[in-house]
Amino acid sequence: MCLAIPAKIIDIDGVMATADVGGVQKAISLALVDNIAVNDYVIVHVGYALNRLDPDEAELTLQLFRQVARESGLPWPGDAA
Amino acid sequence: MSAVKKNYTRPVDFKHGHVDMSHGSGGRAMAQLIDELFLRAFDNHWLRQMNDNAVFPVSSGRMVVATDSHVVSPLFFPGGDIGCLSVHGTVNDVAMSGARPLYLCASFILEEGYPLADLRRIVQSMARAAQEAGVAVITGDTKVVERGKGDGVFITTTGVGRLPAGIDISGDRAEPGDMILVSGTLGDHGVAIMSLRENLSFTTNIESDTASLHGLVADMMAVVPEIHCLRDPTRGGLASALNELAHQSGVGIQLRESDLPIRNEVKGACEILGLDPLYVANEGKLVAICPPQRAEYLLDVMRAHPLGKDAAIIGEVREDPHGFVEMATAFGGNRIVDWLSGEQLPRIC
Amino acid sequence: MKYIDEFRDGKLAQVIADAVALAADPGRSYKLMEFCGGHTHAIHRYGVQDLLPDNVQMVHGPGCPVCVLPMSRIDNAIALVRDADVILCTYGDMLRVPGSGNSSLLKAKAQGADVRMVYSSIDALNIARDNPDRQVVFFAIGFETTTPPTAVVIQQAESLGLANFSVFCNHVLTPSAIQNILQSSDVRELGRVRIDGFIGPAHVSTVIGSRPYEYFACEYQRPVVIAGFEPLDVMQSILMLIRQLNEGRAEVENEFSRAVSREGNRKAQALVAEIFELRRCFEWRGLGSVPYSGLRIKKKYAGYDAETRFNLPSLPWADNKACECGAVLRGVTKPRDCKLFGTVCTPETPVGPCMVSTEGACAAYFTYGRYRDVRRIA
Repeated sequence: MCLAIPAKIIDIDGVMATADVGGVQKAISLALVDNIAVNDYVIVHVGYALNRLDPDEAELTLQLFRQVARESGLPWPGDAA
Repeated sequence: MSAVKKNYTRPVDFKHGHVDMSHGSGGRAMAQLIDELFLRAFDNHWLRQMNDNAVFPVSSGRMVVATDSHVVSPLFFPGGDIGCLSVHGTVNDVAMSGARPLYLCASFILEEGYPLADLRRIVQSMARAAQEAGVAVITGDTKVVERGKGDGVFITTTGVGRLPAGIDISGDRAEPGDMILVSGTLGDHGVAIMSLRENLSFTTNIESDTASLHGLVADMMAVVPEIHCLRDPTRGGLASALNELAHQSGVGIQLRESDLPIRNEVKGACEILGLDPLYVANEGKLVAICPPQRAEYLLDVMRAHPLGKDAAIIGEVREDPHGFVEMATAFGGNRIVDWLSGEQLPRIC
Repeated sequence: MKYIDEFRDGKLAQVIADAVALAADPGRSYKLMEFCGGHTHAIHRYGVQDLLPDNVQMVHGPGCPVCVLPMSRIDNAIALVRDADVILCTYGDMLRVPGSGNSSLLKAKAQGADVRMVYSSIDALNIARDNPDRQVVFFAIGFETTTPPTAVVIQQAESLGLANFSVFCNHVLTPSAIQNILQSSDVRELGRVRIDGFIGPAHVSTVIGSRPYEYFACEYQRPVVIAGFEPLDVMQSILMLIRQLNEGRAEVENEFSRAVSREGNRKAQALVAEIFELRRCFEWRGLGSVPYSGLRIKKKYAGYDAETRFNLPSLPWADNKACECGAVLRGVTKPRDCKLFGTVCTPETPVGPCMVSTEGACAAYFTYGRYRDVRRIA
């Protein structure tokens, strides 16, 4: 029951909102979350937003991958050769 | 008071009328519907003869025939309708042999109560599609079933074409080393249809890609007559078409996920619903398998045609007694692209 | 697609794979259980096992709510729609799961029963509003991710006074299942299944937070890393688990920090606590009876409980004797070792739920992995 995907909120109307994934839009409910604003990203599961996605943490996670390469002495794709 | 003209027949009420059982009974009502709707839309000398058959001359050589039933629901969708779909689908089946499509037969099963206004839209759409494709609808049939026993309109079309000499395109001709090409973006039609399904509705700009491909095929054959296989990946998507070809030819197939042309919106819709774009239907795309040294040239020819502008080389054929279709994922691993199991239901999990 | 594509990057995958290979001690093996069915699916779809060294093995866990639902509950649902003439609203995943006597909701639908697939609990509520003279039952399944959406509609039904709507509740709890596995004789005594660490579920954790796993890490001395849903998340989490095991640590780490906090979603948790309470025990396919692992609707909302409204009986059930779903769910047996796998039992003609659900280990293995073994042997 885990299929949940990150979607961008592009419109809010009361408890309902319009979520966008790659240009496809679906109506979802915000009944389970608070303080969501337009342009926030949320995790959507069976028509509900479950949580706000933290963009700073997302960036940190991607940096974590880079750190892995550094610590292992491996070349990072994108580093100058 | 104006006098009623002699021989006046009330015309079919296309604005407010509905299909009823008399339209299929073989009597006057049916004859009138055929005259005012089908004849008027398709208008050619075969239909004007009003026989139950059509006679046409045959040159020497080989003929190709193909048939398809169309039960798509909903009947109208972004980018098309069951009418033009029924023309494109059968024209494409004929064209996949390398033949030039010439004639279509069209059978209609109509449900009692279906609005005549919508029926006319469908038939006019068919007529437009047939004209653009350069094929004539030369004979047909009409039946009516009781309310509840049909889905509005079912259409079966049978197509006839002529195959030029020297062409041998068949699903069993793929050879190890051959390259595999696709004419454009995958999954558009299926996503356009799904977007209208109750309880799944989402908003998208994606339209069905339904189109007649024989023009593209003719350009391809003119320049690369050594094409081994052609197939249009309709129900079951690219994956099903490739599994069929691999099975028929007794070979394996290796795809590269990063080379597959898929629109971002189709990817997004598939993510939301938990579908795999490889299994989603197309109605205006083809897969071509050709000898490796001709692949780049064939790609250029395809891209020069409006229906092939997003064409791409997506993989190759290789030796494999098991007949597996495999794909190098963008992630780095390899995975099997198996036959479709059952119907692809939108996943929640 | 933002927050999706970056976490599927193939070049990064290779970097992390190399790091895993470096970190893994060649003198030992690592057996890691991914609890969540969504992770099982991702691992197979992206070929993650291909990128791991041979001494790092994934054990598939029972985190697939479709797979663990006992057949008797499907039989209840089928009986409801056949005999009580309700409109049964269900998620797509449940349609093909076999009930007794080779039945299924899809087959019942083909025979005229009013079974409707819905994407969301909201759709079921709307169907009830649109059909006031019919009874509408929502077949609610899932772990903690899917439970709050059910709670929302029960609360809404109550505020609307929607008398024709009820819920057949089959929600289950993740920590109880993990505990059950760790307590099982397979793991504790017989040593048939060794689990060194857990990849914690992604979306369940957005709701319950990372805190509930601290108990396992401490009590059973197994590290837990909560992993995001994308393949890079899974690979990174495997690396983190290996490091913990090498360093002798048993902590809870959160790789999915962009969506999971220690506390989780308090609003959703509060709503669930308002509507549901724990059942003393609940039957799980493969695990048997697990205490305090399932939820039922509180008496306060009994008016919306389909089990009460329709007096649903506790039905006896027996799995096909040759079906090994139970053992597969516990990680004891691999799909290919089940006698029925790939022959009698296929996604087309499934015998057990592990083959029906796209998250089930058998389905994932059949669709993505079965040929890998042929390649190795050939």
